[in-house]
Amino acid sequence: MIIGSRPLKFQVSVDHDQCMLCGRCVDNCSYNVFRMEDEKIKVNSRNCVACHRCLSQCPRDAIMITERPCDYRNHPLWTDRIRENIYKQAESGKILSGGMGNTGDYPIIFDRIVLDACQVTNPSIDPLREPMELRTYIGKKPKQLDITYGPGNDVQLNTKLGPNLKLETPIMIGHMSYGAISLNAQMAMAKAVSRIGSFMGTGEGGLHEGLYPYQNHMIVQIASGRFGVDVDYLNRGAAIEIKIGQGAKPGIGGHLPGEKVCADVSCTRMIPEGSDAISPAPHHDIYSIEDLKQLVLSLKEATEHKKPVFVKIAAVHNVAAIAAGIARSGADAVVIDGFKGGTGAAPAVFRDHVGIPIEAAVAAVDSKLRQQGIRNEVSIIASGGIRHSADVTKAICLGADAVYIGTAALVAIGCRVCGTCYRNLCAWGIATQQPNLVARLNTDEASVNVENLIHAWTLELAELMGAAGINSIESLRGNRDRLRGYMLDEQMLNVLDIKPVGA
Amino acid sequence: MCGIIGVIDKTREKMDGSAIREALAIMDERGNGEGAGYAVYGVYPDYADLYAIHVFYDNIAEPKEKVEGLLETWGMIEHDEEIPTHESGRIKKVHIPWRYFFRPNRKLMPQSDTPEDDIVTNLVMTVNTTINGALIFSSGKNIGVFKASGWPEEVADFYRVEDYEGYLWIAHNRYPTNTAGWWGGAHPFNLLNWSVVHNGEITSYGTNRRYIESFGYLCKMFTDTEVVAYLMDLLARKHKLSPEHAVRALAPPFWEEIERMEPSEQELNTAMRLTYGQAMMNGPFAIAVASHDSLVGFSDRIKLRPLVVGEHDQRLYISSEEAAIRTMDPAVKKISMPRAGQPIVGRVVA
Repeated sequence: MIIGSRPLKFQVSVDHDQCMLCGRCVDNCSYNVFRMEDEKIKVNSRNCVACHRCLSQCPRDAIMITERPCDYRNHPLWTDRIRENIYKQAESGKILSGGMGNTGDYPIIFDRIVLDACQVTNPSIDPLREPMELRTYIGKKPKQLDITYGPGNDVQLNTKLGPNLKLETPIMIGHMSYGAISLNAQMAMAKAVSRIGSFMGTGEGGLHEGLYPYQNHMIVQIASGRFGVDVDYLNRGAAIEIKIGQGAKPGIGGHLPGEKVCADVSCTRMIPEGSDAISPAPHHDIYSIEDLKQLVLSLKEATEHKKPVFVKIAAVHNVAAIAAGIARSGADAVVIDGFKGGTGAAPAVFRDHVGIPIEAAVAAVDSKLRQQGIRNEVSIIASGGIRHSADVTKAICLGADAVYIGTAALVAIGCRVCGTCYRNLCAWGIATQQPNLVARLNTDEASVNVENLIHAWTLELAELMGAAGINSIESLRGNRDRLRGYMLDEQMLNVLDIKPVGA
Repeated sequence: MCGIIGVIDKTREKMDGSAIREALAIMDERGNGEGAGYAVYGVYPDYADLYAIHVFYDNIAEPKEKVEGLLETWGMIEHDEEIPTHESGRIKKVHIPWRYFFRPNRKLMPQSDTPEDDIVTNLVMTVNTTINGALIFSSGKNIGVFKASGWPEEVADFYRVEDYEGYLWIAHNRYPTNTAGWWGGAHPFNLLNWSVVHNGEITSYGTNRRYIESFGYLCKMFTDTEVVAYLMDLLARKHKLSPEHAVRALAPPFWEEIERMEPSEQELNTAMRLTYGQAMMNGPFAIAVASHDSLVGFSDRIKLRPLVVGEHDQRLYISSEEAAIRTMDPAVKKISMPRAGQPIVGRVVA
């Protein structure tokens, strides 16, 4: 008890004049902040994670949450967070863990890039009145077509196309496993992408049979733990993704706390109930690029070459060269996950300090593949901190074929980014396996929210393209001329290969 | 704005440059007097099997020596001379136009299927990116490009285009926004057999440029039109697509149309869009592309720039304005307006 109590992270207050003692806050808070005592709502603020479930259910707006009501002595180096982390580790002797994305105070490059629009010399295109094509194919494309011209108008196409995923919008939902999130959360997203003509990832948690009706819109993932993998799993997916790394924790494997491994998760993952699912840091059958090639080809053999195979890596310093190696491995797409990517659970030191931002990574990968003349060998999927349609547009201009969103899709179904995903207590029924909490998430209603979000972003993307005088997404992709850097330094402009504003 | 016109005689009967001069001048409303040019096919019959390389020199001291050094390294200059010009009121000889009739040494590029074309392409890229004061603006066999900054009739008189004859002409009347007043920025743009005139602005230029550069072409003209010449060279010469298919790659049908096609057509068009998505051109444009045996005209996929076609026996005309076609050929038999993206192809039969 040398350190004793630390200041509250959040202070919860109840306006007792407003409160009607309905008790909804007591019922809804899974962190035991509220209790009813002597005809009054009492609070234990220390338990609060600011998930806002109580606020969302309070009929009288009687609850208020304040962040860090107690000041530490201000210090630019020894910030509140630094000091609190030291207290925690001094007491526990453990690695600090956290949920959601990078909390480091890094500049966001997307916010220093601006888009273009047409004026006078060319007309902008009105998507309400003219066709606007967002259809995107993910997979290997031939470098050139081989066409034989016979007598008359006889034309014979000799090139055969490999398997490609057809997306009606370049926005997919990334891999969040059953286990990390609830079946209802997965179900909501699966319904949404099925209706919208897009895809979502299973994560490394296997494919629950409840999702079989949506399997044609699911990308099944193989990670280093091989959880839930068998040939049936591979054949059910629309595509297969080998996960090498994740932006939130490059260089280490996945972490699913045993609390979240309920009976159903245990069956789907094919692991014992209640056991921590810690996947190994590397794939123990991939110690080099030639091993990756063998796994890619094995997966293709197992699925009769009918499914595109993706390889997902965390954006690390040498990402461009690594992606070039992947492009030569037979893979059909490379997924680049930037250091702002989300997670259910990661060591905070990795989440906040390892990897590079997606903007620089996509630019570097796209340029490298072009230099080597192998850009058509793989599609590029960008992920990690895509927050709105402008981020999507900028990522595509920098060279991405499509994006994965993760956190944004969860926010669309209630997530407040409280960062407590690893505790199995998610009051929104998203990052938990507790049946009473999961039941809070109505899959049909939630699926409409996800669909609305992707639909709205797609409309905005179409408007942005039209304003730029572009009516097909192919002409936006890699079109860095339509970007300008605002207050970015020269080196960063060079990496992104874009001009500064005014140039 | 900008005005374009092209004519092909399918029987290779030659026409001198006087009619196209008139036709281009009738479209002066579309230009502003800061650029015009003409490309003519079949113009150098005496040197028909040599590459006719036209160069703008800023002076004939330093850059000329360097260019000739390069040419001699990669082959043989069989003949060279200054291109005759006639200074008039507005056009001063800002650059000295020179022409070489060049035979590349094919043994120097043993790894290539088309060594001579590749040598000349490399020379064009090298000179235009590394030699200050020299710009190669025409490099095909039996082809000549004549262009400068000025009104169409002034540029025509500067070179006396009526003195040249050919079976295929394309010409351009410019209203520049990118590189005003620069001779190199005037159209037609040429590489080997390909010459391009263009009215419009390519909003996909960044994508197209980065695509074509990954095949070793270098875009250094500070304007979007040159990518069209390079894309045609890539698609039609290197990838061996027909002119119709090359154009389809540049201005493909919408997915909605593709879905209504017969299965085999659908497969071909889908393959095309997947393979050549980065070659697709967006934005408002009308373009005419000439090669030795064809003249191809096409517009963007929603036709934001005008394109008119005229036919008269063995002659096919493509232009921004019907008036220009009628000026060139008052007896023209049929005038039509192609649909957006629809390629118009005139091919020589002999």
